[in-house]
Amino acid sequence: MAHAYQSHAGAHGHSAHGSHDGHHGHDHHDQEEMKTFGFWLFLITDVILFGTLFATFMVLRLNTAGGPTGAELIELPGIIASTFILLTSSFTSGVALLEMNRGNKKGLILWLIITALLGASFIYLEVTEFIHLVHEGATIGTSAYWSAFFTLVGTHGLHVTVGLVWMTALILQLRRRGITPVTKRKVNIISLYWHFLDVVWIFVFTIVYLMGVM
Amino acid sequence: MWDKIKDFASEFFVTGDPLILGAQVSIGLTLIAIIFTLTYFKKWRWLWTEWLTSVDHKKIGIMYIIASILMLFRGGVDALLMRVQLAAPELEFLHADHYNAIFTTHGVIMILFMAMPLMFGLFNIVVPLQIGARDVAFPFLNSLSFWMFFFGAMLFNVSFIIGGSPDAGWLAYPPLSGLLGSPGVGQDFYIWGIQISGIGSLATGINFVVTILKMRAPGMKLMQMPMFTWSVLSSCVTIMFAFPILTVTLFLLFLDRYLGAHFFTLDGGGNPMMYINLIWMWGHPEVYIVILPAFGIFSEIVSTFSKKRLFGYKSMVFALMSISFFSFFTWAHHFFTMGSGANVNAFFAVTTMLIAIPTGVKVFNWLFTMYRGKLSFPTPMLWTIAFIPCFVVGGMTGVMLSVAPADFQFHNSYFLIAHFHQVLIGGVVFGYFAGLYYWWPKMFGFRLHEGLGKWAFWLWNIGFYVCFMPQYALGLMGMTRRFNEYNFDMGWQPLNVVSTVGAFLMGLAFIFQVWQIAHSIKFLKKETSGDAWDGRTLEWSIPSPAPLYNFARLPQVTSQDDWWEKKQRRARGEAELPEVAAADQAPLEPIHMPRNSGIPFIMSFSWFVAGFGFVWDWKWMIVVGLAGVIISMLARSFSYDTDYYIPVDEVKRTEAAARGAH
Ligand code: HEM
Ligand SMILES: [Cu+2]
Repeated sequence: MAHAYQSHAGAHGHSAHGSHDGHHGHDHHDQEEMKTFGFWLFLITDVILFGTLFATFMVLRLNTAGGPTGAELIELPGIIASTFILLTSSFTSGVALLEMNRGNKKGLILWLIITALLGASFIYLEVTEFIHLVHEGATIGTSAYWSAFFTLVGTHGLHVTVGLVWMTALILQLRRRGITPVTKRKVNIISLYWHFLDVVWIFVFTIVYLMGVM
Repeated sequence: MWDKIKDFASEFFVTGDPLILGAQVSIGLTLIAIIFTLTYFKKWRWLWTEWLTSVDHKKIGIMYIIASILMLFRGGVDALLMRVQLAAPELEFLHADHYNAIFTTHGVIMILFMAMPLMFGLFNIVVPLQIGARDVAFPFLNSLSFWMFFFGAMLFNVSFIIGGSPDAGWLAYPPLSGLLGSPGVGQDFYIWGIQISGIGSLATGINFVVTILKMRAPGMKLMQMPMFTWSVLSSCVTIMFAFPILTVTLFLLFLDRYLGAHFFTLDGGGNPMMYINLIWMWGHPEVYIVILPAFGIFSEIVSTFSKKRLFGYKSMVFALMSISFFSFFTWAHHFFTMGSGANVNAFFAVTTMLIAIPTGVKVFNWLFTMYRGKLSFPTPMLWTIAFIPCFVVGGMTGVMLSVAPADFQFHNSYFLIAHFHQVLIGGVVFGYFAGLYYWWPKMFGFRLHEGLGKWAFWLWNIGFYVCFMPQYALGLMGMTRRFNEYNFDMGWQPLNVVSTVGAFLMGLAFIFQVWQIAHSIKFLKKETSGDAWDGRTLEWSIPSPAPLYNFARLPQVTSQDDWWEKKQRRARGEAELPEVAAADQAPLEPIHMPRNSGIPFIMSFSWFVAGFGFVWDWKWMIVVGLAGVIISMLARSFSYDTDYYIPVDEVKRTEAAARGAH
């Protein structure tokens, strides 16, 4: 069991100053571990959030109210391309982690940048798709089907965007501080988040696109 | 120009109702008085550094409790207004619109802004102390949770003087809460106020699950945790699974209203029934979220004041956990009458009745704990005893409601109102009062006046039965809920008068409580022992109020009710167990603590700004608010100097001062 604020020695019994990266081995180790655990719990709540959105989509998927259907407007090739991009970015974030564990700061940052660029292209493609759909006459207000569609896909996109901002902030911190227990935990958490978004996307792809369009 | 300003003001502020005007004036005066006092006594800096930026779980707990008592006052005034209107037939006191707004805000405030924060306040104050920890797992997040709750609640509350209150019921069923049914801004205040505070609640849920699982004192096994901690764990797990559903539901309603989406509209393929399913998938677990900690409180109190170990500890744990699980499979009992079909109704009727079993188990456990105990009856124990019959009756009327065919008779009648008030007041409110009285000396280091407390207790109890028992009868006589007026020939007047009298008795009881607190502060009776009730669990082993770091040395736990066992061993003159003695005598070490931070306050305030912008659809304000949120998040991510160590000397000095008193 971890005891977060149990301090471990007079050795670092210094006063209120100085940054704490790294020199308090055990103590920080426990706290970092606890933060990772907390993040897992957060992911559970996010699963419920997406689960609710998927359920909503399933209930409303036939309610097009006489308007256009998904099958009519959605162009699968573009979606397959962005799926491929997102899956690749999950892989590159894994490579970043490997580099981190080898202690290679440059490699870590490089692979994070590649991951972020792939994520950004995914978002670019999504925005293009949405613009295309709106031009074809499908907006969030067109019918319940499109409301559910834009909300589910858009919420995933919003999560990816948040991840991008966060990843950028993290890259800056890594450049300044290097690999410390704290930045290490942060990288671990964001890669967890990134894989999670990938898994959610696989469900989006299957349920919204494949089942809905084919 | 002048006309334009006048137009704007009359749309922006609620005008034309003398009651609301009176409230506006008194709110204005109170604000001026507060600002004046703080400035006059030069207390702004103190307020900011000691309280608003504090990440100390004990202070956060106290702020939750103060806010919730203010909300109890507001919700209570709403209740009394409604009861006045219903006391006589064809009364012209509150008009229909105003009445609708009042029952809506009453419900929301009582459950979300009174019960929830009172509960979180007790979590914050008690859990770390009970498990021998120095803080919660994520103190910064804890402060953020509080401020999100606070600003969410404020956003909801300002609707009453700015823009107009929501009036589509406390769960805001569409299409009534949709754009066509509620074109004004009241419903938007509802959405954003609840959304913002709901995110805070979700974070609290996660925070306490991690705290309880990861921060227990050395040696404390799961099956040795105090029962209150167990109940918090079960409540927080339920929060984690229920609150994301609420977040989504309110978000979808927002999209319907703001972007013209068609989730719950009657046109465009929307499905209002889906909202009702979603909101109750959160709403039913929510009622268990607030009742489970009350069960924990009763367990602590019963065993303390019977001087006995809790009877059936394991079955109690099992009951708590199975209730939080089953609470997710009963939601449809809230709309048996809305055409789900016989099989669905039967399923949900059975699951609902199943919950009565673990609940019954607990009642027997409490009774058996008292059986042959050395009983004493100070106020916390009185509330516990009063709760038992009240909850048994409430549970039984619940089972009556869960009989699907019978529910066609009871549904949406005063019978239902009486049922849920019986479980919510008799269970939740009485429960948290019991907890507040029990832990008060621990929180503040002084005792509350028992005599005035007993007055409050009896007035609350008598008032409760006088108010709600007639409502069961009224329900069976056909009085449905959400009426603001009825005719003479219904024959409902006598019982309604009785009910209103009961409501005022409870109002009087509240005044007694305020008096009790004021009196006790004035004639301060310091609590010097730290162990006000001869308690059993770790929070009673340290001084009252607890020092900043709680425990100078983390205790070594060897059994359930560890503090009690330790006192027993000492009384018998036995030597300390070697591992305990070692922990007690270990040299003091510098203590690692989180630094205060203003970010939670600023970030939550930014949410408030963004929410206000969404309500009025002022794009610039939305941008400003959201920018504040993002900047706060980044500021936090980039700050690394977030903690410090309390040096040994300081710990020694604090301990000597706290312990020297006796
Ligand atoms: C033994 C346990 C319980 C059973 C069997 C039970 C059963 C029910 C049923 C069947 C209804 C729906 C009736 C209708 O709409 O016609 C209901 C409503 C309600 N119950 Fe319970 N209940 C129990 C415990 C609780 C507890 C512990 C709370 C709160 C702490 C609670 C709060 C409520 C509320 C607020 C409503 C009304 C909701 C509304 O329509 O606005 N119940 N209960
Ligand atoms: Cu229910």
